[in-house]
Formats: sequence, C-alpha cells, structure tokens
Amino acid sequence: MSATPLLQVENLQTHLHLRRGVVKAVDGISFEVNEGETLGIVGESGSGKTMTCLSILQLLPIHGGGKIAGSVRLDGEELLQLGEEEMARRVRGPKVAMISQDPMTSLNPVFTVGDQVSRPFLYHKLVKTVRDAMVAAAAGLRRVRIPSPERRLKSYPHQFSGGMRQRVVTAMAIACSPRLLIADEPTTALDVTIQVQIMSLLRSIQNDSKVGIILITHDLSIVAGLCHRIAVMYAGRIIETGKVRDIYRNAQHPYTQALLDAIPHLGRKRRRLAAIPGQPPNLMDLPNGCRFAPRCPRRMAVCDEYPPATDVGGGHTVNCWLAAKQ
Amino acid sequence: MKAIFAKGLLNAAISILGASLIIFVISRLSGDPVSLMLPMEAPQSAIDALKQELGLDRPLWEQYFIFLWKALQGDFGQSYRWQMPALALVFERLPATIYLATAAFAFSLVLAIPLGVLSAVYRGSWIDQIGRIIAMLGQAVPSFWVGLILILVFAVGLQWLPAFGADGVQHVILPAIALGWYPVAAQTRIIRSGMLEVLDSDYIRMGRSVGTPERLLVWKYAFRNALLPLVTIMGVYFASMLSGAFVVETVFAWPGLGRTVVEAVFSRDYPVVQAGVLVTSILFVLSNFLVDLSYSIIDPRIRL
Amino acid sequence: MSVTSAPTPVTAADAPLPFFVRFRLKGAPWIPILILVLVLIAAVGGEGLTPHDPNGLNLGAAFKPPFWQAAGTYDYLLGTDNLGRDVLSRIIAGARVSAIVALYAIAFSGAIGTMLGIIAGYFGGIIDTTIIRIAEIKMAIPGLALALIFSATMDPGLSTVVIVIVLTYWTWYCRIIRSEVLSLRERDYVSFAKVAGCGSITIFFRHLLPNIFNTLLVLMTLQVGQVIIFEASLSFLGLGIQAPDTSWGLMLSDARQYITYAWWGITMPGIAIMLTCLSSNLVGDWLRDLLDPKRRQL
Ligand SMILES: Nc1ncnc2c1ncn2[C@@H]1O[C@H](COP(=O)(O)OP(=O)(O)O)[C@@H](O)[C@H]1O
Ligand SMILES: [Mg+2]
Repeated sequence: MSATPLLQVENLQTHLHLRRGVVKAVDGISFEVNEGETLGIVGESGSGKTMTCLSILQLLPIHGGGKIAGSVRLDGEELLQLGEEEMARRVRGPKVAMISQDPMTSLNPVFTVGDQVSRPFLYHKLVKTVRDAMVAAAAGLRRVRIPSPERRLKSYPHQFSGGMRQRVVTAMAIACSPRLLIADEPTTALDVTIQVQIMSLLRSIQNDSKVGIILITHDLSIVAGLCHRIAVMYAGRIIETGKVRDIYRNAQHPYTQALLDAIPHLGRKRRRLAAIPGQPPNLMDLPNGCRFAPRCPRRMAVCDEYPPATDVGGGHTVNCWLAAKQ
Repeated sequence: MKAIFAKGLLNAAISILGASLIIFVISRLSGDPVSLMLPMEAPQSAIDALKQELGLDRPLWEQYFIFLWKALQGDFGQSYRWQMPALALVFERLPATIYLATAAFAFSLVLAIPLGVLSAVYRGSWIDQIGRIIAMLGQAVPSFWVGLILILVFAVGLQWLPAFGADGVQHVILPAIALGWYPVAAQTRIIRSGMLEVLDSDYIRMGRSVGTPERLLVWKYAFRNALLPLVTIMGVYFASMLSGAFVVETVFAWPGLGRTVVEAVFSRDYPVVQAGVLVTSILFVLSNFLVDLSYSIIDPRIRL
Repeated sequence: MSVTSAPTPVTAADAPLPFFVRFRLKGAPWIPILILVLVLIAAVGGEGLTPHDPNGLNLGAAFKPPFWQAAGTYDYLLGTDNLGRDVLSRIIAGARVSAIVALYAIAFSGAIGTMLGIIAGYFGGIIDTTIIRIAEIKMAIPGLALALIFSATMDPGLSTVVIVIVLTYWTWYCRIIRSEVLSLRERDYVSFAKVAGCGSITIFFRHLLPNIFNTLLVLMTLQVGQVIIFEASLSFLGLGIQAPDTSWGLMLSDARQYITYAWWGITMPGIAIMLTCLSSNLVGDWLRDLLDPKRRQL
C-alpha cells in the first residue's frame, strides 16, 4: 500500500439549503480509497451515498443550494479548493469519473453514442482530431465488450438495451483512464444476469488499470465479490467500516447486522427479508444521539449521546455504544 | 417516418377541408352571398350569372361542393377592385407576407433563444429578471401598438428607419420587430424551463463528470434537448405571425396579403377575403405539419 | 397513498378547496388587483366619472399635450386629440367597452368550451373524437383571419366582436377542461359515484364541476388580457367597435393619423391596454399558483 491514499475524504459535509430548511445529506464522513482498491459504500436509499459521490466531483444538483465542506484530497491535492473551471479541465474525466445510477437517463437522447463517448478524448487533449476521437471511442466500446463498436458509434442511446447503455456509460467514464471511478448503484436498474456482467466488467477494468473504485449500493450481496473494504452509511454518516471479511463475519453495528440479515443466502434457508422496522430520521431534524437508535432493537440509555468510533481491530471501526462498552 | 408523414398529411388535409367548410358556411350566413361578392353597382346580368355559377338554387351541401370544386381549381371569383382573379392577387401579395413573417420569426428566435438559455443558466440573475419583464410586457401589449410605438420612436422621433413601404431591408426591420415581439415571451419561457429541466438531468451531469466544457454543455448538449418543446409549438407561433400580419401590415402599409385582405374587407371585395383567409389557413396547417416533421428529425427517438 | 383500500365516500370532499376558503392576503398582487378594480369602477361609473364628455368636440383645444408638458393644462390631464376630445375621458369610456366585451366573450366562450370539454372528456369515444376534431378544424383558421371573414359578412360592432372572440376561444377552454376531466374520471370518487348509480347529470354537477372550478377561474382571469388585445386589434382595423362608441383600439386607430403631432394620442390608450392586460395576467398567474400547488415549483 502506498504512503498517501489515492483519495482521502475527511469530515465531508454536504448540506442542501432548501426553502424548507437545511438537509444534512452528508454530515461529516471520512474515508480513504487506495490505488487499485474498491471501497463499497452501503446504505438504505436516502442515506446520502449519491450526495457523497457528487460532492467528490462537485456536481451537486443545480437547484439544490448545496454547500460542501471538509476535505477531499486526490493524490494529495485538495479538490474542494479548485474552481469549477479547473475541476472540469483537470479533474473530471482524467482523474475522477462517475457511472451513475440509471443508464436509461444518463445518456443524452439526441446525440449519437459516438459523439458522447468520443468527446472526452478531445476535451482532455488525448487526441487531436474528431476522427481520432472516434477511433478511440470505438476502442473504448470494444473494451466494455460492445459488439461491432464501429457500427454502434452511429446509433442513438434509445437503440441500446439497458445493460448495453450502462456499458456505454462505463466506456465514457473510463475514456480518459481516470484514477478513481465512482459507480453509483450501477446495476440497480438492471436484470440480475446483466448485474453480474457489469460487475465483472468493473473488475476487469480494475485489473487492467489499477483504478480505485467507489462502488455504491444498497444491496450488500453484490459488493462481496468486488470490494476490498466496505463503509456502511446511515442518515448521512458512516457508522461502520472495515474489510469485507470483517464486516461479513463480524458486523458490530445492529444496522449492519440487519442489512446482512436481509441478504438471501444461497443454500441457506432464506431468512425473513428483514425490512428494518421504522423510518430513517428526517435529515432536516436529526437526533443528537445515535441516528439509528429510534429503530434499534438494542438501544440503551446511553444512545442519546453520539457513539465514538471504536476500533475493533484490523481497521474495522464502528460507531456504536455496544462496541465501545466492550 | 413514412407513417408519421402520411398521418400528418391526412390530418392536414382534413383540417384544410374543414377550414374551407367554415369559410363557406360563413359566406352563407348573411343570407345573400351574391350581394357580398358583387359590388353594389353590379348590373342585373352579372348578378344572375353569379347566382347561376354559385348554384344558389341547389341544396346547401351541393353549393358547398361547387365552392370546393372551384376552389380546388383555384377559382375564388374575380376581384372587382383589382380586376384580376382573387387567387392570383393573393399569390401576388403572399411573398411579401412570408418575407415579413420569416423576418419576424427570426427576430423572435434571435431574442428568445439567448434570453431563455441565459435566464436558465443564470437563474435569478439580472438577465433572468429582464427575461421575465420582457415576457410579461410582451404578452400584455397588442402587436399593432408595438408597431405604433416603434414608428413613434424610430421613424418619427429618431428618424432612423422608415415607417412605411417595402423597398429595402431597412423597411422590414420595424414591422418584423412589431410582429415578432409577441411570441418572444412564450418562447423565452419555454426555452428557459426546458433548459432548467435539462441542465439538471442525469445526462448533463454525466457530461459534466467527464469534463465537458460548460459552453458545450449548455449550447450543444443541453440546448438541443431544450429545443424540442419549442419546436413542437413553433407552428403555433409561425401561425400567430400570419395572423398578426393582418394588423401589423396595416400599421406599416406593408404590401402583403394581410393588408390586402383587410382592405378587401372594407372595399367589400369578398372573393379576395375568401381566398386570402383560405390560403392563410392552408399555410397555417402546412407550417404545423412541417414542424411535426422537423420534430422527428431533431428527436432521433421518433425517427425510423 | 392510504394503506387500506376502503372505497372513498361519495362526496366531493376530495375536491380541492375553492380559493376563497384558502384566500391568503400575503403575497397577493395588490397593485394589479387595484388596477383591475379601477378599470371596473371606470366601466361601471362610465360617463359619471369622466371629467369631460368623451365625445365632446372642442376644436379650439385640439392637440393639447399632457399636463406635465409646457403647453399642457390640468384641465386635460392626458391631453386632447385632433378634435379636442379629452384623452382621459375617452380612456375611461373605453374601459366600459373593454369590460362589456370581456364579460360577454369570457362568459360565453367559457360556458361553451367548458360544456363541450366536460362532455368530450366524460363520455369519450365518438363524441370525444367529434368534438376534438371540430376544435382542431377551427384551429386551422388563425383567430384574426376568422374575425376578418366574419366581419366581411356581418355588420361590424360590439356583438360581432363578441361572437368572433367566442368562436376563437371556446376551443381553448374545451381542450384544457377535457384533459382535466379525463384525469378526474380516473379518480376514485367519480368512478365510485358511477358504480353507486349516480346519473350523469348528478356526477356532472356534484363531482366534475366543483373540481374544475379552480381551473376555470384561472383560465377566465388569463383570458381577460387576451380578449382586450383581440378587441383592440379588431377595433384598430376598423372592424370592431364603431364610432360614436369608443374603445381603446379605436382611439389608437384615430391617433395613428396624427402620430407625428401628438405622441400621447397613441401612447395613453396603449398604456391603458398594457396595464389592464398585465394586471389580469399577473392575477391569473397568482391564482394558478395559489390553486394548483403542483405547478408552483419553478
Ligand atoms: N435535489 C435534491 N433536493 C433536495 N434534497 C435532496 C436532493 N437530492 C437528494 N436530496 C436529499 O439528500 C438525501 C441523500 O440523498 P442521496 O444521496 O441521493 O441518497 P442515496 O443515494 O443514499 O439514496 C436524501 O434524504 C434526499 O432527501
Ligand atoms: Mg442514490
């Protein structure tokens, strides 16, 4: 492992200032991603996973009134101090790229796939002419295993299936060989068989290029094969993080345990797909103590105070009084 | 594509037929179409001939088919004032109107597109406010009054541009602004809301996330999507120009179809009114039809 | 969104509250409302409010500029026209014509369009197709073109103006109300009323009409401005209101001939049109936002 991690996020806070109030979508999270490593971020929908990714790229929704604070360092360089122009020119594309949730809406419907996949090569001056960019785009499509790429360059997004579109998006994202690839629930909208294909595609990309990956999902079962480490998010905070094996075998936080219980295991009789009772807290009006406490089966009096991070060994930390007590 | 074309053409044909029926019915409303179509001093022989020609002794539906049959042959009757066939007069005046409407349309787009796009990109800024004010004012004033004020300021006051006539490019400027003013408001609003929606879309964010320069993102990738809702109703705006031309041409003494028809109403030159209105309707329907076609060209999803 | 699927009781309880129940004073466009009230007062008060006889000739006082110009007097606040008639008095008199035209035109086009829209949306099928087809055919003729050919056939005047506007605008109501009814028809309380055996007439008055009331109110407010512009355009062409009646469009038509001598002649009536239309549009927009929270977003 190299000395400085590829990505170092410290106390990241993303607050959306809406008319109705301030939504603390991301509320002070820290994590690292190393070169060639995959970090899985897991959590229910609404826990702030997407906002975390968008904050790294500084691409919050334009109507959101979002404010980002904290520190996001890539190869030691502080990204939050870069202006919009520099982010576009130097960071987005060649350093960090993103595959977003819904392949049906993440390609521009009125431009050809060739146009959309080829242009990043031009923006970042990897090629000189449009013709060369098209050649590079065809190579990119081949890399994500789209058959007869030269012909497909002239097609429009609506002529592709969902899985194929996600491949196109992936080709677009890895066009400029980014150092960090953020995949925000890349398979949620796809069939199970396609899910497997996209995951193995991501793995082979990582094998080829040592790219660091942040893989976001709300489904713990799909991260096992691909991730090295996992961070579990709840209501804008990371509540447990550690190596995949530690999380799977030795989850400490009741929320993580509940998520694990929800996985249907092969060969084992499927436990009740435990939908965790209750609702996540309102991000505009958060409790002072542990945010999971209102839904927690093992809550205690001390949970009215926010639990400190407890290291339970091997970089496995958890914010829960149960672990802190031991 | 062929199906869209055929269906559009069929709809257009039905609309035009319907328009001709309405025009026919209105001409029979007064109860005495002959006195409508002939000057007061027309001799009895001419009156009898016309009665014969219009088939006034036949049932009404037969009269309509006579009217339609003659219209299809381009025969709307003779203009007594201009001493020529009504349709020929209409076609003689039509190019000037199309020229004016096109110039006005161009003016409205040249104003509305940058205003709409920039109001969306810089939402809440001064340019957004200006867009709002223009939109509000544009829909609250009649185009002929815009024309009169333009004449007052630029022709009477500053004496920069001529108020009347149609001899050169400088003559088309004021009427084009007066005519193009009205749709600016609606077009700006449509582009603005379209851009706001598109700029917040996943694919624009995807474009941003690979480092697409903002200028291209706005003017190339977002703009073409935001154009779609505008294109769908462009026909309506072009039509509103044809309609507005009746008034604006009168204000500026523009020698087009609009003024000719208005004058024909006063000189009781009914054949010209009929031909002019029907031709305007046909243009209106056709422009809508063409817009439908161009829509399918911009949006690849409905091609094929 | 409810968990249980108990049938909704057959009342109009789901109907959005009418505006006066939720009327909020805060954020109301007071200045536009005030302007509209002034126009209404002018329309009702008529001759009683005019400082001069709107048709009173006084050639000695022709072309007096507004009071703030050197040659102007307080006697003629907004100046006089080529025949020495007081512009302000004529604007007040013109308000009456605008109000009458707007009242009749909106009432009739609203009533006809709404009826046909409800019928088309509620019954669907061939009735719907026929009504929509007729509306489409009518829309093949641009509004002013229809007005022209109509005016060439009938004698011009106030009633012709109203008829032409009604013929032009009923489709507007028809289409919007129809789509409203189409979506209402799918809602529980209407289909339940049908199942419960309510007759069409009952459903119509008890369930549909209260629900489209808000939409209708907004459409009618927004139409005020359009009617005024339409009337002004026709009168300007000489095909609308005829002397000795007066209207803002007719004043502009007269003033056009002496545009080089008296700028106020074409400015003042135009400003009256602009303020009235602007006000009715702003009030209409406000009502729409107030009554339809879905569209309040942007
Ligand atoms: N455009 C937006 N406007 C307002 N609130 C938003 C917006 N996008 C997200 N949020 C809020 O931010 C929180 C986090 O959302 P998100 O990051 O999308 O969650 P996840 O990706 O984990 O499902 C959510 O609770 C949501 O309410
Ligand atoms: Mg998400």
